[in-house]
Amino acid sequence: MSPTARSTTTRSTTAAPVAAGPDTSAAAPRHVPARSTGRLRRRVLDNLTAYGFLCAALVVFALFSWYPVIRGVLLSFQQVNFVTDPVWVGWQNFETLFADPLFGVAWRNTLLFTGLALVIGFAVPFAVAVVLNELRHVKAYFRMVVYLPVMLPPVVVAILWKWFYDPGPGLFNSALRAVGISGPSWLNDTSTSMLSLVIVATWASMGSATLIYLAALQTIPGELYEAAELDGANLWQRLRHVTVPQTRFVLLVMMLMQIVATMQVFTEPYIMTGGGPEDSTVTVLLLLYRYAFVYNDFGTASAMSLLLFVVLGAFSALYLRLTRTRS
Amino acid sequence: MAVQPPPAPTAGRIRRSTADRPVRTLLSPWTLERTRGRLAYWAVFTLVFVLFTAAFVTPLIWMVLGAMKTAPELAQLPQAVLPERFDLGTYGEAWDFMELAGYFRNTVVVAAGAWLLQLAVCVPAAYALSKLRPILGRWILALMLATLMLPASALLVPTYLTITDVPLVEVNLVNSPAAIWLPAAANAFNIYLLKRFFDQIPTELLDAARIDGAGNVTTMVRIVLPLSRPILAVVSIFAIVAAWKDFIWPLLVLQDPAVQTLSVALQRFEQDTPINLMLAGLVLASIPMVAAFLVFQRQILAGLTAGGVKG
Repeated sequence: MSPTARSTTTRSTTAAPVAAGPDTSAAAPRHVPARSTGRLRRRVLDNLTAYGFLCAALVVFALFSWYPVIRGVLLSFQQVNFVTDPVWVGWQNFETLFADPLFGVAWRNTLLFTGLALVIGFAVPFAVAVVLNELRHVKAYFRMVVYLPVMLPPVVVAILWKWFYDPGPGLFNSALRAVGISGPSWLNDTSTSMLSLVIVATWASMGSATLIYLAALQTIPGELYEAAELDGANLWQRLRHVTVPQTRFVLLVMMLMQIVATMQVFTEPYIMTGGGPEDSTVTVLLLLYRYAFVYNDFGTASAMSLLLFVVLGAFSALYLRLTRTRS
Repeated sequence: MAVQPPPAPTAGRIRRSTADRPVRTLLSPWTLERTRGRLAYWAVFTLVFVLFTAAFVTPLIWMVLGAMKTAPELAQLPQAVLPERFDLGTYGEAWDFMELAGYFRNTVVVAAGAWLLQLAVCVPAAYALSKLRPILGRWILALMLATLMLPASALLVPTYLTITDVPLVEVNLVNSPAAIWLPAAANAFNIYLLKRFFDQIPTELLDAARIDGAGNVTTMVRIVLPLSRPILAVVSIFAIVAAWKDFIWPLLVLQDPAVQTLSVALQRFEQDTPINLMLAGLVLASIPMVAAFLVFQRQILAGLTAGGVKG
């Protein structure tokens, strides 16, 4: 390699022929001085190498990410049966969806899940993190146990909790019975079924949120608390005017992430209730699964995916914007 | 080496938190030294300790004990806390009954393949986008990152149809572990994490290697990768944990019981397996990840905040 060869990473704006694309080597080779031709060849070679490094990623993204996006949109307006070619059906798939009474039910249930998960799953980890941050003993134990459920496969959690929720010998009603309370029927009652699912989901995933909040709390400069205290702020005021504003960004990001995640809830209702009782836990994704893999109506299932994407895309985009601009 | 690698963006923060040096928090150290403050602290501490143990440890112990109870014991109405006999035999019985060995093997194959393929695909791509910067590189990165906006479930149907008939090569990957490996490799988040880390490695270091005659592959393998151990650990943990925990995608593409992962198989057995055997199966399926967590706790928790979610 020539010692004068420019590193490819230092982008040259002064040497115009170098900055031009590789196509110019074929178009106007005569007007380029001999030394630049060498650089040009080098630039072409560097680009070829770079694409060599990129090619595997380009192939998997093209096949399993970019192509499915386009295909998903097309499928929403098609009828597919895998025997004959797909037929264009316009908005018919969407009409099928809107005519299905379960469609509205599924959205209502999903919003209920997301709403309850925000109330419980959003407030609890933050409160826990604030308390943990004040404790000065066996911190490692707290951090470990709160994260343990995150490491369990969701299927294990769902089957395990289904057994806990058993109104007869299940853990919860056994414990309640021991103190003389007759417990609810949890998953078997339409009024508690969704709440029961939210509790499992929160238990299983709150470890990551708690530890992320804990990390954020530890970056708050102690001087802020000291200053607030000197100004006469009590505990509640310090929490309200120092802790919360200082972690506002993390709270917002986690909230968006949680909304996107909870609106795609599937494993818990699929395993624990199958959508029942009386369709009280049919979620959007569970219905989507039924359309695609039970009714084999991939067109309508795709139409549903598209709607889900439109709703969640806004939240995801906002989330990405926030995290990218900050880091 | 003269130039120190840039620290992982979060490493410092996690380390600081584990060191138990006094940091001023919501409560002032002064409050904690007074008798009333001390009493309140220990009251709250005990409460939190009991609640945490009840909420996160008891369910797991209940599961382990439950697996050792007999079916009639499990149906008994005031449920006894301890089994009549501490018999680990149920675990062996469950292992044979559900033929768990095969499902463990399948899960390991799926997770290991997904992990290796993700590294093999994403590391060179991130290296190229960060250090080689080809023309259109910025556009390619933007297109990759745009896929992060898509909720995973919105792509289930079209990706499933793609797997049943992969374009250009026309093969059906259903029931093959490749059906999980390949979509897992198209992971924009990995590329984002890796590229962001590679960007912090000084270009001078790579130029020096180049002047010494190293090609791009040598530079990546010998210079960049050794410096990138922290981020490679994060990406590896994400890949393996995600593959082990995943349920809906393997449920769709691994339909043949012979190739199913533990999660899919357990869900299938749940209908018609005696409850004590089922519980033993759940315990066995949880052991690898829990054990991995206990060993790699530091790395796993450090990776948590790597995703740009930080104060």
